[in-house]
Amino acid sequence: MTVSNPPESKQRTSKRLKWLEPFALLFPSGFWLVSFLLVPTIFIFIQSLVPLGKTEFGIDNYLRVFEYVGGNFIYLTVVWRSLLYAVITTGFCLILGFPVAYWLAVIAPKRWRNILLLLFVLPLWTSSLLRSYAWITILRPTGVLNTFLNFIGLSGINVLNKAEGVIIGMVYTYLPYMVLVLYTSLERLDLRLLEAAADLGANSKQTFWQITVPQVSSGIIAGTALVSISSFSDYINPQLLGGPGSRTIASIIELQFLGASSNRGFGSAISMVLILAVTIVIALLIKYGDRRVVSDS
Amino acid sequence: MANAINVPPIKRWQTWYMLLAFFYMYLPIGVLTIFSFNKSPSPSQWAGFSLDWYAKFLQNEILRAALKNSLSIALASVSVSAVLGTLTAVGLARYYFPGKSLYRGVTYLPLIVPDIAIAVATLVFFAAIKLPLSLGTIVIAHIVFCLAYVAVVVSSRLASIDPKLEEAALDLGATPVQAFLRVLLPQLLPGILSGCLLAFILSMDDFVIAYFTAGVGSTTLPIAIFSSLRSGGVTPELNALSVLLILASASIAAIAEAIRSWGTHD
Repeated sequence: MTVSNPPESKQRTSKRLKWLEPFALLFPSGFWLVSFLLVPTIFIFIQSLVPLGKTEFGIDNYLRVFEYVGGNFIYLTVVWRSLLYAVITTGFCLILGFPVAYWLAVIAPKRWRNILLLLFVLPLWTSSLLRSYAWITILRPTGVLNTFLNFIGLSGINVLNKAEGVIIGMVYTYLPYMVLVLYTSLERLDLRLLEAAADLGANSKQTFWQITVPQVSSGIIAGTALVSISSFSDYINPQLLGGPGSRTIASIIELQFLGASSNRGFGSAISMVLILAVTIVIALLIKYGDRRVVSDS
Repeated sequence: MANAINVPPIKRWQTWYMLLAFFYMYLPIGVLTIFSFNKSPSPSQWAGFSLDWYAKFLQNEILRAALKNSLSIALASVSVSAVLGTLTAVGLARYYFPGKSLYRGVTYLPLIVPDIAIAVATLVFFAAIKLPLSLGTIVIAHIVFCLAYVAVVVSSRLASIDPKLEEAALDLGATPVQAFLRVLLPQLLPGILSGCLLAFILSMDDFVIAYFTAGVGSTTLPIAIFSSLRSGGVTPELNALSVLLILASASIAAIAEAIRSWGTHD
């Protein structure tokens, strides 16, 4: 399901109200998006420039990101941790998701492909909070995982309230997105090229890296961008599956707005940092990937 | 498509890998389902089959009120988004104008911008214009992303529709409004419906945006679930609720997919 436009209708001769039609079609949603998305973003940008307790503009809120207390960059550590979680999650999703997408798009029997893909991503349509809650049930010290490990004679492990728990939850949450994007890309794989490569004596490793990967590179980039953006700004998984030592950017923002140590200017500044990071990824995506990440959600 | 090409044979390890991948995806859902029928409130032991937790959930006033709020918000946001999203998709597909790609980019922006950023921006904006937070403010915020999803799904449907039919209607004397309502809209209906179902599920599931834009007394289902998870007072009622929600979302997703592919068989 790619979004592409049919050729614009140039044969249309009627001149009446030429400009009014697109205006009537596009104004309502444009008005809504400008009022409730763009203007609010400008508001937080302005607020981010007003330091706490002051009325004149300044960049104190941005400098606070680099605050150094007791031998620790308290906020920079959080930014770094969010980045690390995002990179690890994206890596796992790519490694685990690629074979799944390949199997669904190339190997699975043709008439089952759509239904199998739908079945694989179906958990995506269930409540994300409840999925994280399910992982708590599985990962807690007396949970399903440890009961199973004890049953087969192994000692239990404790990953809940640690980085490992957050990563498990995030990989679970974002794997279906990765598979969806890779699937649309792999679906268009030209299998004749794979055969030709095999005929010309390439082994399966060479075929994979030199024929398959280049053909789907735009899909890989799109999937990577989608998963890294979403996991970088995830709130639910770090909050529910991570302990106090697993705070990420989203939870710092939440604390500044709804928490006890409220500082909206600083919260706005971190939000702007987040938006900037996402903008960079999108810019890279537009340059090196394709726009399917937007149209295939 | 390369139909005549030999598809690589299915190897045994691939089948095992896929079974494992499906197992991973359904493990949490399976666990919730099993424990929702557990007589014991403790998830570490099985004490026999029971439907008590379903009954307890149905009697829980807080969860029921939250469910009602969520349904009202989703219905209101989706109805407005259905109209706005469809108009946008048609406008983008049919007309050329300066700044079109910018407009398209802004429309799709809510799909990429992190929830938390949208949530914060909306909260600050409502505070600045002194609009008190309520169910209505959640609806306003939800329309922003719901309309983007409807627009995307309708656009993909539009791409497979022949614009000549609409032109023929115009040539035969239909007014633009008639051509839109009688020719284009019926063809778009499956796309609109499946876009709406998708937006409905996303609105029901949204936690972050609602958490920031909800006023006192406008608790939605995800907010109620989150606070009961955070307070640690988790009961297997939540398992029962999960199973019901999973069944509902799965049916909606299946219907959406059936509608989306309806009439687009290759």
